[in-house]
Amino acid sequence: MATCIGKIQLERPVMLASGILGISLDVFNRLYRAGAGAVVTKSLSTEPWDGYPNPTIFSVNGGGWINAVGLSNPGAPNFAKIIEPNKDVPIIVSLVGSIPQDFEMMIKEFKNCKITAYELNLSCPHVAKVGLEVGDDPELVKKIVSTVKNSTNVPVIAKVGLGTTHYLTTVSAAIDSGIDAITAINTVRAMAIDVETQRPILSNKFGGLSGTPIKHIALRCVYEISSKYDIPIIGCGGISTWEDAVEFILAGSSAIQLGSAIGENWIHVFNDINKGVLEYMERKNYSTLEEMRGLAKKS
Amino acid sequence: MQRNHNHPNQFAMVWIPGINELPMSVMISRESGKAAFTVRKHGHASTGLFNVKVGQQIGVRGPYGNSFDLKQGKLLLVGGGTGLVPMMRLLTFLKPDDDVTLLIGAKSKDEVFFEDLANSLLDKNSHQVIVSTDDGTYGERGYVTEVVKKLVSEIRFNAVYTCGPEIMMYKTVQLAHSKGLFVQASLERMMKCGVGICGSCCVGEDLVCRDGTIFDGPHLLSNKEFGHFHRNKAGILENY
Repeated sequence: MATCIGKIQLERPVMLASGILGISLDVFNRLYRAGAGAVVTKSLSTEPWDGYPNPTIFSVNGGGWINAVGLSNPGAPNFAKIIEPNKDVPIIVSLVGSIPQDFEMMIKEFKNCKITAYELNLSCPHVAKVGLEVGDDPELVKKIVSTVKNSTNVPVIAKVGLGTTHYLTTVSAAIDSGIDAITAINTVRAMAIDVETQRPILSNKFGGLSGTPIKHIALRCVYEISSKYDIPIIGCGGISTWEDAVEFILAGSSAIQLGSAIGENWIHVFNDINKGVLEYMERKNYSTLEEMRGLAKKS
Repeated sequence: MQRNHNHPNQFAMVWIPGINELPMSVMISRESGKAAFTVRKHGHASTGLFNVKVGQQIGVRGPYGNSFDLKQGKLLLVGGGTGLVPMMRLLTFLKPDDDVTLLIGAKSKDEVFFEDLANSLLDKNSHQVIVSTDDGTYGERGYVTEVVKKLVSEIRFNAVYTCGPEIMMYKTVQLAHSKGLFVQASLERMMKCGVGICGSCCVGEDLVCRDGTIFDGPHLLSNKEFGHFHRNKAGILENY
């Protein structure tokens, strides 16, 4: 079940995606015990952010969520203190910012923390001047990735999404600047309207669609990236079963992330997927995940 | 989303269009088969809900959360403020033989509510309703936890249930647990999603919306945040 995402080594391939549950080390330890191979933190900013007023989440009829939590987080300096005592959990720190200096400053805060990787949020679809607005600017992406790579020896992942610039352009810019891996994809910009009161439900009007409705879009993106570039990929988007996880690995993922499935099946989902993937490997006679990675591209 | 719909407690996320969305405990209704909410003007959102006019629509999603474990026999219920809402609902689940003591804590007389309702719900049970006010303007004078202290040293309750201000619950859980009594508390935290995704309501490793809102006393006392800290909107720990 062990996997390598480039230089990142994990005992198990299923991670907690960014934005989900990630503000206490106690919760991270619990998720690790529940079978997560790594946890990605909420995206941290240079200062604490309150996020948007409620409603911040909408439950999609038939499965999935639209959220506009608004990147609420305690800020990188406070968060570094929270995870400083960490010993056991592979923690991937997600960072969000507008300019290279934001990222540089935040990385300094984590100098005393045991961190497995950084994940740059270049794709949050519902907060201005960060996330997707950064990811849509390939020149800015290059500057940020170069700055971050020069600031740390810890592996750096870029999380991309579907913005106004083709996501493969963002991927290419990140690779040119030395990125170690790509997480694909983030939530997809969406909205929900209440027909009785005739207004958008989320306080921010727009949010990010996640869960089952975006699974096959995410899968297509992973397949496209792995077909075009030689870069380790972490698949993310609507994964809730072991079959989903296997699909993403067959499309070229080295690991996967999930979040929405926790809202539906709670944290048992990690071990359910681990168990299912292991049984699949036994049935198909694979001794490593690496042997099955990208196999869907052969035909 | 209907989980445990026959059990006491549980909450729903109540949307006040254009204003906010709040987690609220489900209240009993006079009309059979219906539920209600009790709103107390406090902040921006609850004031917005308070000002909703008859006929105006609100949104409700849920119910979410778990329920009290119903025990029988001598029961002690300790409620403060809107924490009395789940206590009122709990009263509708009692067995005829249950002997119930309900403590209502309030700052002063004008904040005492549900006393008459409780007495009428407990009409067929052996019961007592004790009110205490911090300033002594009604009922007993002092914190309700002083009454808890006295009662748990005199009576071997089969269960203690509490909901209200965290310090009140913390002391109640400590007192009950020190006497070896079964005790459960229903926690309140800042909530955004209500379904165990956003993490806003975490207390140590527990998610109030998904693991709770009700927790057993010993579990709570092993949680270093219970009774001491809550998180603000940014997720930073703040002292009570």
